[in-house]
Amino acid sequence: MITIELAVSELGGVTRPELEDWIARDWLRPDLSAEAILFHEIDLARARLIGQLRHEMDVNDSAIPIVLSLLDQLYELRRSVSALSRALRDIAPEQVRRDVIDHLASLVR
Amino acid sequence: MADPYETLGVPKTASQDDIRAAYRRLAKKFHPDLNPGNAKAEERFKTLSAANELLSDPAKRDQFDRGEIDGGGQPAAHQPSYRSYADGESGRRYGGEDGASAGWSPDDLEAMFGSMFHRGASKAGPRPRSGEDRHYGLTASFLDAVNGATRRLTLPDGRTLDVKIPPGTIGGQILRLRGQGDGGRNGGPDGDALIEISISPHDYFTRDGQDIALELPVDLADAVLGASIDVMTPKGSVRLKVPKHSESGTLLRLRGRGVPAHGGLAAGDLLVRLRVMLGPVDPELEKFLGDRAALNLAEQDRAALKRDEQPKQAEDAS
Repeated sequence: MITIELAVSELGGVTRPELEDWIARDWLRPDLSAEAILFHEIDLARARLIGQLRHEMDVNDSAIPIVLSLLDQLYELRRSVSALSRALRDIAPEQVRRDVIDHLASLVR
Repeated sequence: MADPYETLGVPKTASQDDIRAAYRRLAKKFHPDLNPGNAKAEERFKTLSAANELLSDPAKRDQFDRGEIDGGGQPAAHQPSYRSYADGESGRRYGGEDGASAGWSPDDLEAMFGSMFHRGASKAGPRPRSGEDRHYGLTASFLDAVNGATRRLTLPDGRTLDVKIPPGTIGGQILRLRGQGDGGRNGGPDGDALIEISISPHDYFTRDGQDIALELPVDLADAVLGASIDVMTPKGSVRLKVPKHSESGTLLRLRGRGVPAHGGLAAGDLLVRLRVMLGPVDPELEKFLGDRAALNLAEQDRAALKRDEQPKQAEDAS
């Protein structure tokens, strides 16, 4: 975890007021305590992505929450699917796994 | 090395604004965090970034235009991507409503399995529908049906299908070509082409299951003396030994020369039925038979004479 000051210097091209604004809009959720704002790796990467959306892809501020919300849903779904895959891999008998794979393959042919 | 102008789809005369706009448009489409799990998008984005990095810097762009540096540019500094965190456990930080409800709910499971298995899930949008099957007919020659062949079928819409006729195909058999029927909708599978095979008869062969029958004309000399005769089979000719004194109608069996083995059935036999033909008659033969007939007649007369004499002998004995 790093402080917001370090995050600003890590990110480059993003100012502290911008970061604070994004936190206020709930686009970013670093750890907030009385003494400090602490960024996890994922917060830093998300801030970098928001910066790219705004500066490089010209996504305006009213569209950012829509993009982030869709992305959050996308990644949530991907985590669920990979959890499901792991569950199948770890507990399903070999034959069941093969049946599932065959069945899915038959649906996309 | 890729030409950065080509990568961004802009002419060499493009302004810095044009370049920025082109990069922006493509980055929105290919940014890997917006396309997680799509390796092509990631690769494409890397090329885009390199091209943009080169062309968006007027100094570097000048150098490139003068041929002092190539289009490869510098590899972009590695920065940890959002997707690598969001895909893992740490992604839960931004998951669910207000980040509160991470994990599974029964509704989630139902919606997910419903859509994964294309069942239920009414909110998943229009349901995928399979394309209709299409029916066609194809006439195969007798030998193509026996030995197997690939034949091209031209459909009413001008498409052509290469139909693989398997060995041992029988008339009325329906071959299924997967995915060659009508197209599916909403991601549903395409229909199949169903091809009914009819078989044109052969001039000499007839088929009975795995066996094939053939009538073989032989002349009198071969039937009497025996001979080796070339016989056609579904796979070229073979030599057949006709034994001497063969009657017309004799059945000779050529093992394994019928319908080839297929689908668990053993190869059938070629059943050759001899038909003895007289053909042009040799005068010598005619004379021989004539003499023989006369001889027979004389013998019969002698026998009749003996028969007439016998009752007398019997009377003598009594």
